[in-house]
Amino acid sequence: MKEQLNAMRSNATAELATVTSLSELDAVRIKYLGKKGELTAVLKQMGGLSAEERPIIGQAANDVRQYITDEIEAKTASLKMEGLNARLATESIDVSMPGKRKVLGHRHPLSIVLDEVKDIFMGMGFSIAQGPEVEWDYYNFEALNIPADHPARDTQDTFYITDKMLLRTQTSPCQIRVMETTKPPLRIIAPGRVFRSDAVDATHSPLFHQIEGLVVDEGITMAELKGTLEAFAKRLYGPETKTRFRPHHFPFTEPSCEVDISCFKCGGKGCPMCKNEGWIEILGGGMVHPQVLQNGGIDPVKYSGFAFGIGLERIVMFRFGLDDMRLLYENDIRFLEQF
Amino acid sequence: MYLSKRWLADFVAVKDTDKNFAEALTLSGSKVEGYEVEGSEFENIVVGKIDSIEKHPDADNLWVCSVDIGESTPLQIVTGAQNLTVGDIIPVAKDNSVISGGKRIKAGELRGVKSEGMLCSIAELGLTLHDFPYAVEDGIFILGDDCDKTLGLDIRDAIGLNDTIVEFEITSNRPDCLSVVGLAREVAATYDLPFEVETPVVKNGIENVADYLKVDIEVPETCYRYVGGVVKNARIAPSPRWMRERLRASGVRPINNIVDITNYVMLEYGQPMHAFDLRFLEGNHVIVRNAVAGETITTLDGEERELTSDIMVIADAKKPVAVAGVMGGEYSGIMDDTKTIVFESACFNGPSVRRAAKALGMRTESSSRFEKQLNPDDCNRVLTRALELVQLLDAGDVVSGVVDRYVSPVKANTLPFDPEWTNKFIGINISADKQAKILRRIGFSVENGIVTIPTFRNDVTHQADLSEEIARFYGYNNIPSHALSGIANASLTKRQSFNALLEKLAISSGLSEVQSFSFVSPKDYDKICLPSDSTLRDFVVILNPLGEDTSVMRTSSMPSMLSVLARNYNNRNESALLFELATVYKSNGLEELPDENQELVIGMYGKDTDYYVLKGIIEEILYRCGISDYDITAVTKCPVFHPGRCGKILINEKEVAILGEVHPQVLTNYEIETRAYMACIDVEYLFNIANLERVYKALPKFPATTYDLAFVVEKTLPVLTLQKTIVNASGENLESIELFDVYEGTQVGEGKKSVAFNLKFRSAKRTLTDEECNLAINAAIEAAEGIGAVLRS
Repeated sequence: MKEQLNAMRSNATAELATVTSLSELDAVRIKYLGKKGELTAVLKQMGGLSAEERPIIGQAANDVRQYITDEIEAKTASLKMEGLNARLATESIDVSMPGKRKVLGHRHPLSIVLDEVKDIFMGMGFSIAQGPEVEWDYYNFEALNIPADHPARDTQDTFYITDKMLLRTQTSPCQIRVMETTKPPLRIIAPGRVFRSDAVDATHSPLFHQIEGLVVDEGITMAELKGTLEAFAKRLYGPETKTRFRPHHFPFTEPSCEVDISCFKCGGKGCPMCKNEGWIEILGGGMVHPQVLQNGGIDPVKYSGFAFGIGLERIVMFRFGLDDMRLLYENDIRFLEQF
Repeated sequence: MYLSKRWLADFVAVKDTDKNFAEALTLSGSKVEGYEVEGSEFENIVVGKIDSIEKHPDADNLWVCSVDIGESTPLQIVTGAQNLTVGDIIPVAKDNSVISGGKRIKAGELRGVKSEGMLCSIAELGLTLHDFPYAVEDGIFILGDDCDKTLGLDIRDAIGLNDTIVEFEITSNRPDCLSVVGLAREVAATYDLPFEVETPVVKNGIENVADYLKVDIEVPETCYRYVGGVVKNARIAPSPRWMRERLRASGVRPINNIVDITNYVMLEYGQPMHAFDLRFLEGNHVIVRNAVAGETITTLDGEERELTSDIMVIADAKKPVAVAGVMGGEYSGIMDDTKTIVFESACFNGPSVRRAAKALGMRTESSSRFEKQLNPDDCNRVLTRALELVQLLDAGDVVSGVVDRYVSPVKANTLPFDPEWTNKFIGINISADKQAKILRRIGFSVENGIVTIPTFRNDVTHQADLSEEIARFYGYNNIPSHALSGIANASLTKRQSFNALLEKLAISSGLSEVQSFSFVSPKDYDKICLPSDSTLRDFVVILNPLGEDTSVMRTSSMPSMLSVLARNYNNRNESALLFELATVYKSNGLEELPDENQELVIGMYGKDTDYYVLKGIIEEILYRCGISDYDITAVTKCPVFHPGRCGKILINEKEVAILGEVHPQVLTNYEIETRAYMACIDVEYLFNIANLERVYKALPKFPATTYDLAFVVEKTLPVLTLQKTIVNASGENLESIELFDVYEGTQVGEGKKSVAFNLKFRSAKRTLTDEECNLAINAAIEAAEGIGAVLRS
């Protein structure tokens, strides 16, 4: 019987070596280990063995069973792996072919930069206010210290609806509207469309965007104006950005200033971008004129404030290197897709 | 404003580089736009003298000159000019020189004769006969006695083409800085240098001005002062070189001595003057009055203008001779035979001049100065300066005295001197002494706690104005910077967040954002075929538009979107999928501001676009806005859309959106030769009904049962009607229903269609039995049959 078992072991080994599929492997398993298999047949003969021989042969038979079982398991694993490898080999694809893109739309460049500006100011505690685009002359001019026949009206050629109603030429009327409805402390920006009677060319448009800013509180000084606008410039143009404050005139702020930043292209050395000045003007502002506070219903003895206005188109054009403002309103999809 | 630095040196001695000068002035409040050194493009042009002239051996029109330029050997230069004689002093462009326009001159040969340079005409020096009246246009510029004739001298120094011109941007509150004196004061204050303007003096006048001129001001509220002077025996001639070159540097063309004097004084003091011929002043009488309605005047530019009663004129005994502060009449100018001249130095009310100039449509140098409100205190000094210059130039005999009617004297403003207020307002700490010193530098007086503001600075009326004066000379950039302190609540309003959500949804749906103008043409509403009585034609109309294209505020965003689609189509872009969150303006008449509402307008054409792509985007937007219950009905009569391919979405029976394929006629009007689709959503209404609150619902624990049902219905029956019927009958366990097939064809018969749905039933509490599901299905089938549907087996 011992020989029988040894022969079984070597036969099984030989047969397993030639097996190439799982079904052949199953046939081998049934042949040796099945209910009617060869090993079972050997075990059935155990009854005829002596008490001494029985454990020895039993042990030997178990060894053979274990051996064949292990071998079948190993063979199963390797056949499965071969099968998987074969499948993988047939399934290779051209990974360089274009993907199936879910095409998203594009945000308009004006909105992209406006979102950034809003984020910067919201981070400094500014809320966002809005005012009407068709506005009263009172809010757009008179309440801002620009009475009728004031020469400052010349710099803002106005579209009129009636002699009292107009398309706002600036976002500054929002200052008065906010002051009328909200008590200090105030900290707002008011972005929006403004209109001036300028024919369309590369740097002019009868419609463009401004971002008004207004802060009113007790003890606000030009130092807060400077600190706020410097922080804004650094956030928008990078931490290396330097700012320069120049005296200017706006009827509704006093003192007034224009703010230049160091040219982001040449760093201030002078280049065509900054017309060799090293500085680029980005906004105007100043301390809210006490009369304007009063016009907005705020006590100028107790409160002071600062205001500023940023031209959105200008900073968008700088940001993306645009040389023609018209592109922003032509809305050619080939342009929009670049952003 | 162009400032000649040579002229500036009459008043203040500043020593600094041009670059630093520009920066210093810019930072003290007089913004320098740029500066230019005259003649800076010239190289190697010197003064020379013609030693000899010989005819060119091979050319009749050419001359060979020997030119002495102060060097050991003379130059041989060939010229085609015919105006030269031996001994003439002329500009010589040597070998390798640069003349006007950047043109480089090299030695060479002309018809075989060596030429070591070029002799220059006035134009080749970038000048005109106005600069040198004795020069000729078609010949070489022969230097006159007003030039330095040192041979070999740089031509720029010889003819005075070596000034530096600084261009300033002067803001409307500072008309005083539209003058050399005003800017000199700023320069002196900026550099803390002494500054003085000498008082002009007229000596030895003849006769008495009162015998020549009488002045009456009838309108003291708009004409504050009128000062007149008279010059007899006028000797009209070109002005001297120094005056011509200062005018040139200031951008004013020299004409003759009298006209030049009025311009020179205006540039120096900022006050426009007027000179006119006494011959044409009827009755030797100047009357400042308002025009009589219907009165006319022919102005210097040759145009006859009708005047109205609110326009102030300078008149003589019979007729207006000038529109006050704006422009003189045609006979009032200086002519070659003018003998007796009246000089006028007056001061008018700014707004009044501004209104007159605007009404007559003629903005002049004079009106643009007067409208900023000039200083009447200056009139006499200005006139005296002009008469002083007449004597200096020997342009005529000055009659003694002036006629001075100062009817509305200006009062100097005063303000309390409050250094603490300024320190607190600006955020600095400057001593009272230092503040007073700054104010004195710009002509303010500070005495006994009172600041007296000079009358040329009537823009200063408030403590804040004084603070600005102190801040700008202290230096804005020396003021410290502080971050804002305190707590502020910054958050978007719900409405603002909603816009942001819509924009995100639109972009995620593949739409790109556009920005179109808020104003459109009324003709756009013809292009979208709106009937003439449509309320959308009730526009907010711009009184003074740039053109019809931008003359009314849009009442609908659809014309804007169609224009954008058309432009993209015209630019041969294959497809475009676009949206705009657009404001539209609904008129409330002329006494109230219009309503400004927002629309989300979507437009598309080209690859992968059709009605259902558009509708899918809108469904997704509605879903994300938490809106599941809405009706959609076919719209057959909206002229913008295809009558068979347009629907509107109703919520609580109110329209929230319209969508469809654009009507072929509209497409034709926009020259779009492909199908296009457009939708317009009422954002205000959508915001009101949107439900953005989300509450968690437990995930299902029990299995679902699904059924497919197919019905044959009339082709015209909207699928949504059938679907709603099924949903209403299917009971509470219907989890979802989805259309998966619509079929039309011979198998279902003419005029019919087959519609197939997938229904999914599920309960949150238990596994549903077959019996329960079958009951629901049967109820659904019965309800569908109730509206004429036939179940397909």
